[in-house]
Amino acid sequence: MTLAFKDGVHACIPTLLGYIGIGIAAGVIDKSANLSILEVTLLAMIVYAGAAQFIIAGLMMVATPVSAVIFTVFLVNSRHFLMSMATAPIFRQYSLLNNIGIGSLLTDESFAVAMTAISNKVPINPPWMHGLNLTAYLTWVLSCLMGALIGQWLPDPALFGLDYALVAMFIGLLYLQLISDKTKKIKNKITAMLTVSIMLVLLLRFISVELAILISTFIGCCLGILVEGKNDNV
Amino acid sequence: MTTYSLLIILGCGLVTWLPRVIPFILVKKIQLPDIILRFLCYVPICILTALFVSNLLIVKEGKFPELNMTYVLATIPTALVAFLTKNLMYIVISGMCFMAIIRHFCI
Repeated sequence: MTLAFKDGVHACIPTLLGYIGIGIAAGVIDKSANLSILEVTLLAMIVYAGAAQFIIAGLMMVATPVSAVIFTVFLVNSRHFLMSMATAPIFRQYSLLNNIGIGSLLTDESFAVAMTAISNKVPINPPWMHGLNLTAYLTWVLSCLMGALIGQWLPDPALFGLDYALVAMFIGLLYLQLISDKTKKIKNKITAMLTVSIMLVLLLRFISVELAILISTFIGCCLGILVEGKNDNV
Repeated sequence: MTTYSLLIILGCGLVTWLPRVIPFILVKKIQLPDIILRFLCYVPICILTALFVSNLLIVKEGKFPELNMTYVLATIPTALVAFLTKNLMYIVISGMCFMAIIRHFCI
């Protein structure tokens, strides 16, 4: 059976609350940084990255130069390069246009959902991926717009635990990834996770969060294949 | 809308889009060696760990980060729900509820 667009939409549903929670929070925060409703919506449509949208609002509030804002956002989102690198080989045989479409809308969450599907031997294809990505995209843009609209009278999104939606989603995605990917030994995966955590804490003393995330991920992946290589030889 | 905000939105959009699509164009042209593919297999679990852990920390410039205790506290029951249900929707809803409850009683 070939997976269709609607199967991708279906696969996206469990992550929607995460997008809605964070999207509303991002909209509220962007609005409180004196961005207009139009600007908040354009940010969501064109930049389409949660963390970056929070940071842009913060930087614009203190009138940071355009070049500095763009460079910061580049650093924040450079992890997308790693995610796209990991996803691209799966869709290699399909058309360039399909590939650009998939890459343009790839997020932390759609990436994790696709990778978990792969681990579970689900034969994913471009229509499925577009269904997953577009559902997420529309939900995100609408949530940011809604956040901007209610930002005028909502005092503090943290009061409702909205800010924790993102952390909860990462807990869920991480756990699902941990139990679903059977190609790697659990011991190797935990070694990589511990390496990332320790490196992150150490690096954060010296460099920004975005760079620390990128470098600790890089080191974690290196250690992962290193212990894997050792286990294979035994 | 000012030129300032328009430039920021377009510029940030471009630097976010490029890292997303360039790998897809590259991979169509060249076959990646086995070692790179094995490296990339670890990206999901490592990047999710980094994103998760960084959200539990409060960064202090020039010092080691501190734990965000309310987040850590909410993580314990949320992780338990993850273990029991394996359902993302339940995990996110219960996580938000735990956070709201903790804020209500602790702060």
